[in-house]
Amino acid sequence: MSYDSIVCVKQVPDTANVTGDAMKDDGTVNRAALPAIFNPEDLNALEAALAVREQHGGTVTAITMGPLGACEVLRACLYRGADRAVLLTDRRAAGSDTLATSYILSQAIKKIGKYDFVFCGRQAIDGDTAQVGPQMAEKLGIAQVTYFERFVDLSGRTARIRRNVGNGWEVLEVRTPMLITVLDTANEARPAAARRVMRYKRARAADEVIKDVATAMPDASDAEKEAEQARRLEALKINALLLEKWDLDDIDADLMWCGVSGSPTKVHRIQSIVLTKEGYTEIPPTEDGVKQLVHELIVDHTLG
Amino acid sequence: MPNFFEDNEDLLFLFDHLELADVAAVQEDDFMRNTGPNGEYAPLDAEDAIDNYRRVLSIVGDVAGNHIAPRAEQIDAEGNTLNADGTVTLHPGVQANLDVLAKADLMGFTLPREYGGLNCPCVVYTMATEMVSRADTSLMNLFGLQGIAETIYAFASDEIKAEYLPRFARGEVTGAMVLTEPDAGSDLQAVGLRAWQDDDGQWRLTGVKRFITNGCGEILLTLARSEPDIKDGRGLSLFLAERGPRVRVRHLEEKLGIHGSPTCELVYDDTPAKLIGERQRGLVTYVMSLMNGARVGIAGQSLGVAEAAYRVARQYAYTRKQFGVSIERLPAVAEMVTDMKIAIEAARALTYETCRICDFENNNLRVLEFNKPNDKDELNRRRGNGRTWKRLNSMLTPMSKYYASEMCIRVANEALQVLGGSGYMKDYPVERYARDARITTIYEGTSQLQVVAAVRGVCSGAFEKHVDTYEQREYTDKALNELKQKLVEARLLVLEAIAFVKARGTEYMDLHGRRLVDSAIAVLVGHLFLRQATANERKRLVAQRFIEQHLPTIRRDIEIVRSGDQMAIDHYKTLAGPVPSAS
Repeated sequence: MSYDSIVCVKQVPDTANVTGDAMKDDGTVNRAALPAIFNPEDLNALEAALAVREQHGGTVTAITMGPLGACEVLRACLYRGADRAVLLTDRRAAGSDTLATSYILSQAIKKIGKYDFVFCGRQAIDGDTAQVGPQMAEKLGIAQVTYFERFVDLSGRTARIRRNVGNGWEVLEVRTPMLITVLDTANEARPAAARRVMRYKRARAADEVIKDVATAMPDASDAEKEAEQARRLEALKINALLLEKWDLDDIDADLMWCGVSGSPTKVHRIQSIVLTKEGYTEIPPTEDGVKQLVHELIVDHTLG
Repeated sequence: MPNFFEDNEDLLFLFDHLELADVAAVQEDDFMRNTGPNGEYAPLDAEDAIDNYRRVLSIVGDVAGNHIAPRAEQIDAEGNTLNADGTVTLHPGVQANLDVLAKADLMGFTLPREYGGLNCPCVVYTMATEMVSRADTSLMNLFGLQGIAETIYAFASDEIKAEYLPRFARGEVTGAMVLTEPDAGSDLQAVGLRAWQDDDGQWRLTGVKRFITNGCGEILLTLARSEPDIKDGRGLSLFLAERGPRVRVRHLEEKLGIHGSPTCELVYDDTPAKLIGERQRGLVTYVMSLMNGARVGIAGQSLGVAEAAYRVARQYAYTRKQFGVSIERLPAVAEMVTDMKIAIEAARALTYETCRICDFENNNLRVLEFNKPNDKDELNRRRGNGRTWKRLNSMLTPMSKYYASEMCIRVANEALQVLGGSGYMKDYPVERYARDARITTIYEGTSQLQVVAAVRGVCSGAFEKHVDTYEQREYTDKALNELKQKLVEARLLVLEAIAFVKARGTEYMDLHGRRLVDSAIAVLVGHLFLRQATANERKRLVAQRFIEQHLPTIRRDIEIVRSGDQMAIDHYKTLAGPVPSAS
């Protein structure tokens, strides 16, 4: 039996390489100051989906919600082997918290319709909430397996899955369709494939084409620009390089549940912590030294 | 998330300054080939092609930094396994590396798109080789064997190409170039493995091969004696045999380094095989062509291991404190680190310049072979260019292989010295780099043989002609022009020495070959550095340091060459002393 998978991916600021101006004065992330990257664990989610397709056949659809720039992560999915890529973008979705985001994504998944698996990374490195995946499963009314490590067995509609439970693992038997959140230790996410990169680097969403044309022909009349846009869109369609773009209307979303109005999360307080301590401490290489170190780490809540 | 391309400032610099648009144009036949099979990923123009090259190298940088490098230590410690049935099980890490390279579409790097390849030029492939080698020097031996597919593409029948090349490009198979025998190492003319035709006309191979890198691979490109009555190289042909029950690995060598690379002794037991191209051209045409590409590959491998060693040393010199300061503040260490860095950049400059010329030559040959121009003038122009590039390459290729490999041993050795006692321990990877580096001056032709080949280029006018083109370049900057004048003087010294050597004969030329070749390389690299120096301040300093350091060395070497000294030959027995007993 073959399986159809949907992978939810996100473009995030690269919080692993934080520079001085990474935070704004109000304590929120200054996205402009950080390079945008593919959320690392979403690559593991994509890998899990591609591995299922390789072993059992089927399809992999990547979907992302975000501004137009998020097309970059969709292309990255195509480079690695995704069959289809969908951009979910709408100004009315701005300000969505995890509840609104999971609602919007679950509506998009309903529109895709037939699927066996929804794969998500465990969490995104900008918010680190790990909430969107489980909330989507609730809204879709399907089983969820968080902290996925690997399939122990997959046949028919039954999957036996090993998941991490913090200090060990357990194996769950689950029926499809299901939602799975994937840990970075679950697999070695594959790199982009060179031939696909050469091909899909040209993939564009319609709105990107409008921008491209505006940059390429700054002095042209509107009519000329429109003609060029139409020509490019047609070429993209013929070559199967047009990225699908959906807005909230396309997925029948109730606007009440989207964006700011659908987001009950209130930020209570944000602390900006500046580390001032020296980089290292010297511990004498003796029994007592080690004991002292362990004690300090326990007091510090680093251990235990 | 280290990326071995994006984090390497000098590679990025070269990528931007190697005028790749010219290379892309010849590689892509002026972009007339973007239709046909797999045309959907063909570049539209030079800018598009260079963008592809950059993206591909970035993938290689990712694979090298994040997939290959983390496995290198364990692979080195554990190695591959020979099974009782004459097969080899690759270390799981090696297998995982090959799998990820295949998934990233990197195993048909230079093959044309019609066979599923990326159609990348040699200069880009060699950069990839360098990065793979930096991550795991031993894996380069498998990644770097793509010349086998290239040889099949260049010389085999369409039928063989269609059968095997797509399998290489998909990464389903790897190959081996099966040349060396116990009594035929540097001297391949002595190859004796027998090729014969059975009653059905099927070619069969019988005999033993030794020191075969990846001899456990699926596709064995085997040099064998098809003409028993012709004792020299003209009696040898090239055959394609597939791994199977009639060829087994008898022994897996235990080596000083590159433990991930399986080095096999192979026994052919009437193994069925296919003839590549024509009989008798195996060594004289096909293997010679294959070896040229392989030599540039070893230069790339050498650059990679040197880069890896340098980085550890640079880091250590910065963090290690003695006498209250970072050891890099100690003059002797500062000079070691500086010299290592400049030595790598020097070898890199020479190697990638060589690759560019290889690309011009190879693409010209390809057009003459598969797409001969009808226009007579065009044909003559191409043939003329072909001769020039061939002459130049037969000097530059051995020079690069020799220079880069000697450099990497020195750099790995110095890196180990910078780390002191820690460098000698297994706690740091530097001892592995030093072991891995050691092979590079030995295989694919020893340094001594590279010098023999290069010195003939130096003495036959190729050096002079090439330096002429460099000297035509004018520098508006006064300091750079002064440095150039120093190189002009150095060249005159080299020319005097060449004249001296030529008057003395071949034996004297080979005795002093290394000094002549070293001096010629210093002049060439000096010019390459001058060109780079116009780009930024750091490169100006690099050029200055390199040229000023090398002038006295050139003077010394030329003086020795012109001294007429040949005591090592004339008084060999006396100076070397008696032969010690074998025990």
